[in-house]
Amino acid sequence: MSLLEKFEPLSSIREDLNAHGMMPFGVVTEKILSPTEGMVDGKRTILAGTNNYLGLTFAPECVAAAQQATADEGTGTTGSRMANGTYSGHRALEQELAQFFGRESAMVFTTGFLATMGMVATLTGPGDVLLIDGDSHASIYDGCKLSGADIVRFRHNDLADLEKRLRRLGERTANTLIVSEGLYSMMGDQAPLAGIVELKRKYGGYLLLDEAHSVGVLGAHGRGLAEAAGVEDEVDFVVGTFSKSLGSVGGFCVSSRPELELIRMAARAYIFTASPTPSVVASTRAALRLVAAHPELREKLWRNATRLYDGLAKIGYQLGPQAGPVVAVFVDDREQAIAGWHQLLAAGVYVNLVLPPATPTGASLLRCSLSAAHTDEQIDKILEAFAGLPVAAGVPAPSQARSQNV
Amino acid sequence: MGSYQESVTLIYEALEPFLQPGLVLSEDSALVSDLGLSSLQVMELVAEVEDRLDITVPLNVLPDVRSIRQFAELLSRLTGDAT
Repeated sequence: MSLLEKFEPLSSIREDLNAHGMMPFGVVTEKILSPTEGMVDGKRTILAGTNNYLGLTFAPECVAAAQQATADEGTGTTGSRMANGTYSGHRALEQELAQFFGRESAMVFTTGFLATMGMVATLTGPGDVLLIDGDSHASIYDGCKLSGADIVRFRHNDLADLEKRLRRLGERTANTLIVSEGLYSMMGDQAPLAGIVELKRKYGGYLLLDEAHSVGVLGAHGRGLAEAAGVEDEVDFVVGTFSKSLGSVGGFCVSSRPELELIRMAARAYIFTASPTPSVVASTRAALRLVAAHPELREKLWRNATRLYDGLAKIGYQLGPQAGPVVAVFVDDREQAIAGWHQLLAAGVYVNLVLPPATPTGASLLRCSLSAAHTDEQIDKILEAFAGLPVAAGVPAPSQARSQNV
Repeated sequence: MGSYQESVTLIYEALEPFLQPGLVLSEDSALVSDLGLSSLQVMELVAEVEDRLDITVPLNVLPDVRSIRQFAELLSRLTGDAT
């Protein structure tokens, strides 16, 4: 096979997807009207697949901060954090993140993907063990590849399997990093963190928790699942992103381990890339203040999430195992999922189409994500659009997906 | 404990539920191209062997394993380490 032939299968997949006249992946939002509305294919569309959990992308404080920073400090830093790319704003953001999470220190990365991949790859090396949840995000898997450590998977959210793996590692647990996610981005379910922490206490090891989808979403103060589960002291490293509840782009790691400051000098994903732009740093700082000051945003988000989850369940859809800001609607048949996605869009509702192998099980998903900025009327319109799908009449069909994930 | 031959026998046993009837096994049989296992079935086979031996086979060493022989060599190495 020549170099480029391996892409051939993708071309038939793309043809399938294009059959309905529009490619579901990489949809163009022609005009963005608000955190929850945009123009898609010339039509006003409710955005229900944006991960814009708190709806802060248009918060006046964040927009003003970004504008001011651009005016004051320019459009980009043009350099790495290790060279010329550390401005006082970057340091201030790190201090504020550390303070927000009640940790000793924080590192800011240019994207969430780089933060997770970089921390996983840097914390472990040849001879160490990465013990990761089977449904881990691509950034975790890529970090594993780069680390050179032994990679051991435990079944998704399965404490018995995790315990078996830890027990078998014996003394090697001293060199083991357990990796889990606060809220899983595709199914919307949460890690059994208290149980994971208990096993870590019993067998040893370190714990890295990816709170990309749970910061600002879970916990009384929005510090994520570790706060909600009351086990923050036992989570050695928390990584996360600015591109969801904080409404910008970028990533971070917080920890009270003094070694975090040394990792700054070792993490290639931190060193060999340009630092976040001043506007991103400024809007993220403003958003972090809003998250801390407005717990009612979180309450609204959860009200919205529950409204959608309950409504879809009532229609008869098979959903992810747990209500939350990510609501995964299972569609057994891939073609039905693709057709359903197009019908939702025609009805003025954008959700994410997720097909295997990007889904953890064989099922296809119409994945919704909620925002605190959604109105009740918008959620009812989303429900109406889902109720109108032909597949709604046929569901629930028995699927292996649910039983594997509960 | 953990000899190559024991590993081969164990793999033959663990493979049984995955095989089409009438297939002739040899140590040189390749799990995917000769025996027709899907990648998911390979993972199930690995999990079955892990449970029987109470060991962990790291994912990163699996790409080197194509045949029963290579799998058995890996297992005898891993169990040798453990004892």
